[in-house]
Amino acid sequence: MESLESFRQELRSWLTENCPPTQRRLREGEIQPPWGSPAFEEEAKLWLERCANAGYTCPTWPTAYGGAGLSKEQEKVLKQEFAAMGAQLPGQSFGTHMLGPVLLELGTEEQKQRFLPDIVHSRVVWAQGYSEPGSGSDLASLQTRAVRDGDEYVINGSKIWTTGANRADWMFCLVRTDPDAPKHDGISFILFDLKSPGVTISPIELISGASEFCQVFFEDVRAKADNLIGEKNKGWSIAKRLLQYERTMISGMGAGGGGSASGGKKKRVAKRLRGIADAALPYVGERDGKLADGALRDQITQCEMDTLCFTLTMKRSGEEAKAQKGPSHTASMFKLYGTELNKRRNEILTTALGTQALGWEGEGFQKNELDHTRAWLRSKGNSIEGGTSEVQLNVIAKRVLGLPD
Amino acid sequence: MAKLGWAGLTFDEASGGSGLGYAELAVLFEECGRTLVPSPFLASSVFGAECVRRGASTDVARAILSGVAQGDTLLAVALDEKSHFAPYSVETRAEASGDGYRLTGRKCFVLDGHVADKLVVVARTSGTSGDRDGLTLFLVDRVAKGVEVTRTIMVDSRNAAIVALEGAEAERVLGEVDRGADILDPALDRATAALCAEMLGLMTQAFEQTIEYLKTREQFGVKIGTFQALKHRAASMFCEIELARSIVRETMAAIDEDGPDVPTLVSVAKARCSDAASLVSREMLQMHGGIGMTDEADIGFYLKRARVAELTFGDASHHRDRFGQLQGY
Ligand SMILES: Cc1cc2nc3c(=O)[nH]c(=O)nc-3n(C[C@H](O)[C@H](O)[C@H](O)COP(=O)(O)OP(=O)(O)OC[C@H]3O[C@@H](n4cnc5c(N)ncnc54)[C@H](O)[C@@H]3O)c2cc1C
Repeated sequence: MESLESFRQELRSWLTENCPPTQRRLREGEIQPPWGSPAFEEEAKLWLERCANAGYTCPTWPTAYGGAGLSKEQEKVLKQEFAAMGAQLPGQSFGTHMLGPVLLELGTEEQKQRFLPDIVHSRVVWAQGYSEPGSGSDLASLQTRAVRDGDEYVINGSKIWTTGANRADWMFCLVRTDPDAPKHDGISFILFDLKSPGVTISPIELISGASEFCQVFFEDVRAKADNLIGEKNKGWSIAKRLLQYERTMISGMGAGGGGSASGGKKKRVAKRLRGIADAALPYVGERDGKLADGALRDQITQCEMDTLCFTLTMKRSGEEAKAQKGPSHTASMFKLYGTELNKRRNEILTTALGTQALGWEGEGFQKNELDHTRAWLRSKGNSIEGGTSEVQLNVIAKRVLGLPD
Repeated sequence: MAKLGWAGLTFDEASGGSGLGYAELAVLFEECGRTLVPSPFLASSVFGAECVRRGASTDVARAILSGVAQGDTLLAVALDEKSHFAPYSVETRAEASGDGYRLTGRKCFVLDGHVADKLVVVARTSGTSGDRDGLTLFLVDRVAKGVEVTRTIMVDSRNAAIVALEGAEAERVLGEVDRGADILDPALDRATAALCAEMLGLMTQAFEQTIEYLKTREQFGVKIGTFQALKHRAASMFCEIELARSIVRETMAAIDEDGPDVPTLVSVAKARCSDAASLVSREMLQMHGGIGMTDEADIGFYLKRARVAELTFGDASHHRDRFGQLQGY
C-alpha cells in the first residue's frame, strides 16, 4: 500500500511537470489554443512522446518492450491520476488494446521486439483485417487465401468494414492457409504492411457521414513468413483471443457512471450521476427541482442506474478474475451490455435535445448538437462491430452458461 | 405531384381539389413513406391547407387552396418555438397595428418553411405561454418585410426553417382572434394522422426489406432467417406493424366522418407509429449487420426519417400523455 502511495506521489509530480496545458483540464487564468490549431497539435505530439517514453501509453507492458511495467494496481492509480488532471492517455489504438496484448501472450520474442515498441510510440497504426463480405458473424468461414512461396506468403482476397484502413500502416489479418481443413483449422494470423504492392483500399461512407471504414483488396500481396503469429493453421484461437480484448475495449464505452470509492464511510457513489440530465436541462427545463419532463426523467434515471450497476459489475468481475490472466468469455457480456447501454444513452439524449438533435449541418444548430447527431448515428454500429449483440448472446449462452447448441 | 392531382387530393372541387378523403390520402402517404419521398405535401397540402380551410372565408380559402392544388402556392405552418413539441407554448407576439397585426418572435422546425410562399404563423394575442386561449393564426407572406427565413438541414435530408419575425405584417387573421387553437388542434390532428400514414409506409417497407434480407443473407452455412433469435423478433415486429395499420385505418375513417374521437385516435396512432417505426428501423439496421451502417444502403435513411417523424408533432410520450388527458386521467 505504501509503495502504491509513493507511486501516486511520483506520478503526480511527473504529470505536473510533463503534461502540457492543452492536454489537461485548464487551470484558472490559463488560455487554451484552440483544439486542432498548430500550437495544440504541437503539444499533443509532445504529450504522446513523453507518455510513450515513460511507457505510460501501455502501462502494464514489460519495460523490455517499451511499456512501464506497472502492476494492475499501479495502472489503476495511473488512470485515477490522469483523470484527476483531466489528462487523456494518448496513443490508445487497436495496437495498444488488441494486437499488443495478443503478441505479448502469443508472439515470439523476436516478434515482440519488432512490433511492440512501435505500438507504444504510435509509430505504426494497425488495422484489423477480419470481416469479409461473406464472413461477418461467421468469421471462421473467411476466404482470403495465403499461399506459402519461399519465405513469404502470397495473399489474395478482400476484407470489408476495416476501420481506419485508409489511415493505417499495417494490418493484422486472418487468412486461410489450408482450404481443405475444417473451417476453424485452416486459418492463420498474419501481419503485413498495407503499403505493399497489390493492396487497394477504398473507403466506405458511414450513415454518420465520416468515412472511417473501408474495403481492402489483396492481389498477390506478399507477407514475410516470419510475420505469421503462432502456428500456421492455428490462427483461429489467436483470432478469438484478440476478440476478447477487443470486446473488453469496446465495452468501456458503456461505463462512465460514478465508480465507487472503497472503505469506511466514504461516499460510495463517487460522483453525481447526472451527465444526461445536465445535457437535457437546457432543453426541457426544471419544475420543482426536477427535470420538467417526467417520462424523460424516468428514462434518464434508469439509464444512469444501469450504468452504475454495469460499472460495478465490470469492477467486480475484474477483481474476481485477478487470478486468471486477461479477459475471458465474460468480455461478451460487457461488450453486449456496454454497447446496448451506449446506444440507449444516445437515444435518450436525442429525445432530450429534441429536434435540435436532428440537424445534419449548417445553420440553426450548435456544434455540440450536430456532434450529437453524428454520435447517435455512429453508436448504432456499436452493437455490430467486434461481433454483433446476437453473437455475444450466443457466446454467453454457450460458453458461460453451457447451454447446448 | 400537383399535376396528378395529389396536392389537392382532399380539397373540394371548388378549391381545385379531387374531393377525396383521408383514407385515400393515407394511401398516398404510405407510398411516400415506403419510398422516402421528400415532398412539401405534409406541410402544405395537409397542415397548412387545413388551417386555411378552417380559418379563412370561403372565397379566400378557395383562392389559396386552388393555388396549392395547382402547385403554384406552397404553405407552411410556423408553430414550434422550442426543441420539444408543445403546441400552446407560444411566445411569438401579435400586436394590433392600424387595422392589421404585426408579429414578433422566433419559430423553429418550420417544416418546408424555406420553400413556402405563405406562412401560417401561430402567435399569441393574449394570455401566457402554455395557455390554449389567446392563440391566433395569421397568414403571412414569406417575403413580407420583417420575415427572415433560414433553412435548416435535417438529418433526414429534408428541410425545415427558422422563421424570425420582426414586426412582420400579417396578411390576414385566420379564424377568430384568441381562438386559434380551435383551428390549430384539428389541423394538427389531421397533419399528424397523415404523418402516421407515412410512418406506417416507412415501417412496412423497412420490415419487408429486412425479411427479404433474412431470407437471402447466409452465415454459418444457413440463411440468417433460420436463427430463432432473429425469427422471433421479426415475428413480433410483424405484430407491432399490424396493430399500427389498424389504428391508422381507424383514424382515417374517423377523420373522414369528422367524428368526435379524432384526437384520441390520433394520439394512439402517433404513439404507436412512433414506437413501431423506431423499433423497426433500428432492427432493420441491426439485422443487416455492417451493411446497415453504410451510407450507400438506404437502411440509414429509414432510421433517420423515422427519428425525425417520431419527434414531429409530438413523440410517443407526448401523445400518451395527451391520451391520458383526453381519457380524463
Ligand atoms: C462501425 C463498424 C466498424 C467495424 N470495424 C471492423 C474492423 O476494423 N475490422 C473488421 O474486420 N471488421 C469490422 N467490422 C465488421 C463487423 O465485425 C461485422 O460487421 C460483424 O461481425 C457482423 O458481420 P456482418 O456485417 O457480415 O453481418 P452478418 O454476420 O451477416 O449478420 C447479419 C445479422 O444476422 C445476425 N446473426 C448472424 N449470425 C447469427 C446467429 N448465429 N444467431 C443470431 N443472429 C445471427 C447478426 O447478429 C446480424 O444481426 C466493423 C463493423 C462496423 C459496423
